[in-house]
Amino acid sequence: MSATITAPPRTALARGARHDGARARRRRVLVWIATHALAIALALMFLAPVVFIGLTALMTDEQALTSALWPQSWNWGNFAEVFEKSLLLRWAGNTLMYAALGTVFTLVSSVPVAYALARFRFRGRRLAFLVVVTTMMLPPQVVAVPIYLVWARLGLTDSLWPLILPLLLGDAFSIFLLRQFLLTIPRDYTDAARVDGCSDVKTLLRVVLPMARPAIAAVALFQFFYCWNDYYGPLLYAGVEQEKLTLSLGLATFKAFHSVQWNLTMAATLLVTAPVIIVFFLAQKVFIEGVTLTGVKG
Amino acid sequence: MSAVHAAPPRWRRGEGLRALLWLSPWIAGVSIFFVYPLLSTVYFSFHRYDMYTLEFIGLDNYRYLLKDARVGTSARNTLWLVLIMVPATVLFSLVLAQLVIRLKAGVGLLRTIFYLPSLVPMTAGTITFVFLLNPGTGPVNQVLAWFGAQGPDWFGDPAWSKPSLTMLSLWGCGQLMVIFMAALLDVPKHLYEAAAIDGAGPWRQFRSVTLPMIAPVLMFALVTNVIYALQYFSQAMVASRVASGETDSAGSSFSPGYPDESLLTLPQWLFHVGFRDYTMGYACVLALLLFGTSMIFTLILLRQFRRAEEVS
Repeated sequence: MSATITAPPRTALARGARHDGARARRRRVLVWIATHALAIALALMFLAPVVFIGLTALMTDEQALTSALWPQSWNWGNFAEVFEKSLLLRWAGNTLMYAALGTVFTLVSSVPVAYALARFRFRGRRLAFLVVVTTMMLPPQVVAVPIYLVWARLGLTDSLWPLILPLLLGDAFSIFLLRQFLLTIPRDYTDAARVDGCSDVKTLLRVVLPMARPAIAAVALFQFFYCWNDYYGPLLYAGVEQEKLTLSLGLATFKAFHSVQWNLTMAATLLVTAPVIIVFFLAQKVFIEGVTLTGVKG
Repeated sequence: MSAVHAAPPRWRRGEGLRALLWLSPWIAGVSIFFVYPLLSTVYFSFHRYDMYTLEFIGLDNYRYLLKDARVGTSARNTLWLVLIMVPATVLFSLVLAQLVIRLKAGVGLLRTIFYLPSLVPMTAGTITFVFLLNPGTGPVNQVLAWFGAQGPDWFGDPAWSKPSLTMLSLWGCGQLMVIFMAALLDVPKHLYEAAAIDGAGPWRQFRSVTLPMIAPVLMFALVTNVIYALQYFSQAMVASRVASGETDSAGSSFSPGYPDESLLTLPQWLFHVGFRDYTMGYACVLALLLFGTSMIFTLILLRQFRRAEEVS
C-alpha cells in the first residue's frame, strides 16, 4: 500500500511504513473477525424466535405447557390439527380476497394520480402533494368514527368491503411512492411522445408504464402485504363471526380459544407466516428496491 | 401560464384542466374519506352520540377530556414510545446497516436474515413475542435461568410490557435497516478517503462525514417513526389480548392496555371509547387530539421533504 513506484521513500521512512502496514493489516483482520462475529451473533438472535416457534409447534399439548425447549416427540399432526380446529383456510380466503382486490384497485386508481402529479404542470401541484403526504401520515383512527358510521348506515359493516372499496379512489402511500419514482423518469421521454402526437393516456400506457415496472411491482407487493397483514381495518369492519375473520384477526383469537395449547398456537403462527416468507424469496429484489425507494434521497 | 413571448407547445396547453381530470377520482377520495370525516369529527365532538341518538352537549366532551385519567395514561405511554422505542429502533437499524455494509462474507444471507422478521405478519410476530417472553415457560426466561438470572414477568408486568414491545420493534427493524443501507452506500467514498488523510479515526469519520451526509434520511426515519408511534395500536392490542388470556373476540370484557393500562395508547383508548362503548362523540374529541399531534409531526416531516427535494 505504502510503496509508490515513482518516488521510492528513504529507508527509515519505508521501514516505518512497512511496519505500519503490517499493524494496519493485523488491525483490519481483527476488525474483520469482530464485525463478522457480531453479525453472526445478531443473526442467530434474529433467527432464534423462529426456531423456538418451530420447536414448540411440534411438541405435544402437555409438553408445550412445560418449560422444555426441545420436543420429546415430533408431532407433525399439530399442523393438521390447526386446520381442523380453526377456519384457517377460510380466513386465508378472506384475506386473499381483501389483499388481491385491494392491490388491483390501488394500482388502477393510484398510477394515474401519481402520473398527473409527476408530469403535469399546474397551479396547486404543491398543495396536492402536500395533501397526499398529510393523508399518508394521518392515523386512520382520526377519521374512523364518521367513516364507520357511513358504512354502518350503508349496511356494509361485518364485511371487508369498507376496506376494499375506498382503494378504488387512490391510496396515499402508493401515490407517494409512484410519484417519487416517476419523477426520476426524464421528461424528454414523455415530451417526445407528446410531440409525436401521443395522447396523455397513450403516453402513460406506452412510455411511462413500461419504464415504471419496478416501482409498480414494489407498490403492488407493498399494498398486498399491507392488506394481508392489516389488523386494525378488519378489527373494525370484519365483524365477530369466525368465518368472516381475516388471518391476522383469526390468529389473535386463536390463542384465546385454545388458551393452553401453545403448540397449536405456534403451529398456526408458522402457517400464517410461511406464505409471506415464500413470497419474499420469490420477489426478493423487488422488496429491497421498494424499501429503498421509500426512503428520501438526501 | 399565459405566454407572452413564446407560446407553449400545443400539448402543454390546458394542462391544468387535464390534470384536474386525471386527479378527479383521487380528489373525490380525499373529500369522502378525509375532508368529510374530519369535518364530521368536529361536528360530532360537540354531541353525545351512540349511533342512534344525537344530542348537542356543547363543550362537555372537551371538559371530560380534562378529567379523563386514561388520556393522561395513554399520553404518558405514547411519550415513552416516542422517547425510548423510536430512538432505540432507529439507532439499532443504523448500527445494523453500518455493520452489514462492512461485511465482506455472507452479506446476502445476513441481510436477508435481518430483513425477514419485518415481513412477519404483525399478529404472528406479537404472539410469538408473548410466547417467547412467557414468564413461566417461555424460552427467553429459560435461557436466562441457565445463567442463574431470574427473568422478569415481561408482558405481565406493567414495567416490562413496553420494553417487551420495543424488543419486538427491534426484531422487525429490517425495512429501516435497508433504507439506511441505501443512504450509507450513497455517501461518496472520496469523502472518507479525504477524512482519513486528514487523520480522522472511524468515530470522527462517522461524525463528520457519515452523519451529515445521511442527516436527511435519518431525520425522515425519526419523524416517520414518531408518527408511527402516535398510531401505535395493533401490536399493543394483540399483546394485551393474548397476554391477558382474553377469550371474548367481541371484546366486551376487554380490559384495555393490559397489564395495568401500561399498553394503553391513545388510538387504543379511542377504539375502546368509540367502538366498544359507542360513545362516538367523545371518541371524536380523542380523534381530534390525535389529529393535532400528528399534524405537528407531519409538518416537520414535510419540511424535511422540501429540503430533500431541493437538494435532489
